[in-house]
Amino acid sequence: MSDDSSRTSGEDDHVTNDTEQAYWKANIRLLVTLMSIWFIVSFGAGILFRPFLDQFSLGGYPLGFWFAQQGSIYVFIVLIFFYTIRMKQIERTFDLDD
Amino acid sequence: MATQTLIYLFVGLSFAMYIGIAIWSRAGSTKEFYVAGGGVNPVVNGMATAADWMSAASFISMAGLIAFLGYDGSVYLMGWTGGYVMLALLLAPYLRKFGQFTVPDFIGTRYYSKAARVVAVICLIFISFTYIAGQMRGVGIVFSRFLDVPINLGVIIGMGIVFVYAVLGGMKGITYTQVAQYCVLIFAYMVPAFFISFLVTGNPIPQLGLGSTVNDGSGMYVLERLDMVLQDLGFGPYTEGSKSMIDVFCITAALMIGTAGLPHVIVRFFTVPKASDARKSAGWALVFIALLYTTAPAVGAFARINFIDTVNEQSYADAPEWFSNWESNDLIAFSDKNGDGVMQYRSGEPFAGSPNFTGETGPSGERLVDNAPNADSTNEVYVDRDIMVLANPEIANLPGWVIALVAAGGLAAALSTAAGLLLVISSSISHDLLKRTFKPNISERGELMAARIAATAAIFVAGYLGIYPPGWVAQVVAFAFGLAAASLFPAIFMGIFSKRMNKEGAIAGMVTGLAFTFLYIAYFKLWSPEANVAANWFLGISPEGIGVIGMLLNFAVAIIVSRMTASPPIEVRQLIDSIRVPRGAGTASAH
Repeated sequence: MSDDSSRTSGEDDHVTNDTEQAYWKANIRLLVTLMSIWFIVSFGAGILFRPFLDQFSLGGYPLGFWFAQQGSIYVFIVLIFFYTIRMKQIERTFDLDD
Repeated sequence: MATQTLIYLFVGLSFAMYIGIAIWSRAGSTKEFYVAGGGVNPVVNGMATAADWMSAASFISMAGLIAFLGYDGSVYLMGWTGGYVMLALLLAPYLRKFGQFTVPDFIGTRYYSKAARVVAVICLIFISFTYIAGQMRGVGIVFSRFLDVPINLGVIIGMGIVFVYAVLGGMKGITYTQVAQYCVLIFAYMVPAFFISFLVTGNPIPQLGLGSTVNDGSGMYVLERLDMVLQDLGFGPYTEGSKSMIDVFCITAALMIGTAGLPHVIVRFFTVPKASDARKSAGWALVFIALLYTTAPAVGAFARINFIDTVNEQSYADAPEWFSNWESNDLIAFSDKNGDGVMQYRSGEPFAGSPNFTGETGPSGERLVDNAPNADSTNEVYVDRDIMVLANPEIANLPGWVIALVAAGGLAAALSTAAGLLLVISSSISHDLLKRTFKPNISERGELMAARIAATAAIFVAGYLGIYPPGWVAQVVAFAFGLAAASLFPAIFMGIFSKRMNKEGAIAGMVTGLAFTFLYIAYFKLWSPEANVAANWFLGISPEGIGVIGMLLNFAVAIIVSRMTASPPIEVRQLIDSIRVPRGAGTASAH
């Protein structure tokens, strides 16, 4: 691949069409949902609401502490893989997958 | 076999493997040198990214930091993993679709401006060198402790190894050595963690062990016991921490956004075949990183419990062997303030500063220090946080081969990150500065040669910084994340998500974010360190977290300026359309 091939390939469909716009909207909707969950588990459960959540416990973990040091990381992984799978479906719907 | 022999054997074997891989995967073209040919499998790339990302600091220092910070240590755990969500969802697939070689490449092309490219190169070089100086020092320290060589010789051996695979193999060589290094480092981290979790709680899985009860028959949970013991000794409770909520919030955010803006991490997503592979690869990277990051808080807590149990109220004469081992490496000191020969471990500093050994020994045989004792605290034990991981196997009395494994793992972590950073520095110089800015007619061969020369020069600078560590390095690690968050991240993010963002806006934003963050950190860390207390901070935000405010300023200035200046040209808007859809990322070369 030369330096520029990725930018010049498929030159004609560069004018934004309805399919691409609908695809982009679906992507943004998914992004906003997932980034909200990302914010809620880390900054929310792990920091802002930790003092409240710490009165509950998960095994020997105070719940807020668990979110801060374990739980949010597990949720992050799930978010990325969910995004990967869902985006693939959206791309197929609009016939834009790679 | 003696532990020292085992260490030589493990470290020697792992080095031989890295060099073998480097020779097998030599780079023959600039594309192989910069992005490993662009055909790396996403799972393999995830593993390489994890090794690239987890530095000597993650391997050696993080568990120790958490052990001493308790809840406050969460900023590192969430910050350094949450950034991957931002990478996977907001940046990686689009940058891969863009399909160039470096981060300044994207900024320079998207903002149709050589000035923007040069600003990005300056940010990148500054961030990378700040980071790399610490890595080389880490290599030196691990060598000197485990191979019994002077720190400087350790740095030079490290330079030699990195030279072989970074200069010869470029990104291609680095990718496959990093995969090997990931396997070494994660194995080395997990084995002692399993042992220690089992010893303390009876549950060998550290992530579960930290939520279990202590094995001493008391029936108390690990965290409950730690809270109690620490409070008895005058510390704050482990699960509450002592930083203010706004500071924890901002530091976490700065580390997340900084992670998403760090050039040596971003560039790894240029190496996979397709845009969708970049998403997948970020997911796998986080899986491999999480393995260590969810283990670290457990290792930290267990090590703290073990440390207190074996050291506090123990007479120095009966101290365990590891204690004097690390004392002879200057990382532990005992200052017998009340002269009873028994070590009292309490809250507060035992004496001012880090220990300055006089060369004489005291009545109990301890190495004497001439630091001024701290009369405000009854604490008599100085302990460097870094020993928590390195000394863990010894503290828990594990066999020699585990200690040898940890030595090889620590070196793998430091070397893999150093190599990744060297590569982004050298590719920015040869590609962005030479090929794209000052010498556009350079041939492929010439550019490849320039990349190798730049990598060699960068190794020498890094080695110099490792041997003569400038005092500011330890002070300014916050720079790397703060600056990445305040300068590179917003420029890349708006480059993808805003068609209206133009070069005037982006440059004004980057310069504002950079200048604000730089001045704030430099003021509190370099110019007036005595003023670095919460009362003086802007809104109570420490220099570690200020990158977030820098980022907000960057966004605000960029948006205002872009509204007052002309829209970007039509071909740039077409470029944005093209990077937003995954189809047509270009074919990857076979491996």
